[in-house]
Amino acid sequence: MGLELYLDLLSQPCRAVYIFAKKNGIPFELRAVELLKGQHLSDAFAQVNPLKKVPALKDGDFTLTESVAILLYLTRKYEVPDHWYPQDLQARARVDEYLAWQHTTLRRNCLRALWHKVMLPVFLGEPVSPQMLAATLAELDETLQLLEDQFLQNKAFLAGPHISLADLVAVTELMHPVGAGCQIFEGRPKLAAWQQRVVAAVGEELFREAHEVILKARDSPPADPIIKQKLMPGVLAMIR
Amino acid sequence: MGLELYLDLLSQPCRAVYIFAKKNGIPFELRAVELLKGHASKEFFQVNSLQRVPALKDGDFILTESTAILIYLSCKCQTADHWYPADLQARAHIHEYLGWHADCIRGTFGVPLWIRVLAPLIGTQVPEEKVDRNRTAMDRALQQLEDKFLGDMAFLVGQQVTLADLMALEELIQPVAVGYDVFEGRQRLAAWRGRVEAFLGAKLCQEAHGLILTILAQEAKKTLPVPPPEAYLGMLRHISRIP
Repeated sequence: MGLELYLDLLSQPCRAVYIFAKKNGIPFELRAVELLKGQHLSDAFAQVNPLKKVPALKDGDFTLTESVAILLYLTRKYEVPDHWYPQDLQARARVDEYLAWQHTTLRRNCLRALWHKVMLPVFLGEPVSPQMLAATLAELDETLQLLEDQFLQNKAFLAGPHISLADLVAVTELMHPVGAGCQIFEGRPKLAAWQQRVVAAVGEELFREAHEVILKARDSPPADPIIKQKLMPGVLAMIR
Repeated sequence: MGLELYLDLLSQPCRAVYIFAKKNGIPFELRAVELLKGHASKEFFQVNSLQRVPALKDGDFILTESTAILIYLSCKCQTADHWYPADLQARAHIHEYLGWHADCIRGTFGVPLWIRVLAPLIGTQVPEEKVDRNRTAMDRALQQLEDKFLGDMAFLVGQQVTLADLMALEELIQPVAVGYDVFEGRQRLAAWRGRVEAFLGAKLCQEAHGLILTILAQEAKKTLPVPPPEAYLGMLRHISRIP
């Protein structure tokens, strides 16, 4: 059994892993784990990841979770082009810096934007107060400003002149609020131009393929009550 | 000018960087940053407009984020392999831990200091429901730390000390410092702590932990710096964002 990737393209980190593997021609079996059906909570999946989260990787007997760990593992094992995670110490440190920063900032705020604006009300039938939504979108706005001012600045890509893991992780995260209908690039020409460069570097077709699911998030049919009950505790913990 | 490290030993990730540099004999200038004084220094602002610690300055090169700093130092200074092994799977496990740490440990274990010391210092209180949620979150994280990462190994991702152990230890020390002993009733974790501290050495631990472990005493004697009014807004916002 070769490399297996347990993914749901609804999830931001899964999209980054998917695009990276495809772009670099890394052969893998896609094991779909449907989050909205609660499949990540199954006993079968717990055998793969007892923490019940995607993405997960299985390479023979070796199992790995956490998207940044997976991306770095694939980078090293498959000897992808240097620009993804440069050998140059300082260039690489810039990528590490972004990958460390994004967990509690961009990732968290993009997730909350999607769930507060769309998934909680539409999929789970849980209304979100206008104040809560406004606060979430304000935080997202702040984070986008930091992304532009502290990381992108006047560079072509987040960590330098070439696309890296940092850009892939960031762009897939930004598609969460885009999928929720937030006009995040409006009034942000620098960020919009960067996004277009990243899409061009990844390839438009691959980018579109990876984002089909999230772009249909607003059309999610309401969850049935049993599923809703199963998912609620995890969702609430996730968007805390 | 050689390597400069901008650190406040009240901060968990700062201590991890400090300990790593000291243990590995990496020469550096310590630029002490006092978070409680509200980052007044203009010099610091120029270094790190994000106003965050830790920060590293290596000539013209400026770097933030403790994980990035630790990896940079381990590679640049060619520290012993066990800290950040070259082995593909071992290194992957460190990043796996650090990913989970960012979600489940970072942010969570710093809250007790805010509850017990920092909020009262500016005349406010963290709401009871947040205190309860934080306890629950810490308990859950500690269980996962013990079961998934430590298991029956000597250290978090294997049989030797790695960057993961440093990052984890410094986070867990934070609540201990304000009287919430996360190691009580958790023998495996307590034993792990003992092993990590034995490896680092008592002298280095005392040096790195001295400030945080005396925070309650300082508070009692009223020798803690009072944050300037400009710092209040940021601190209040931090408190409002505690889940």
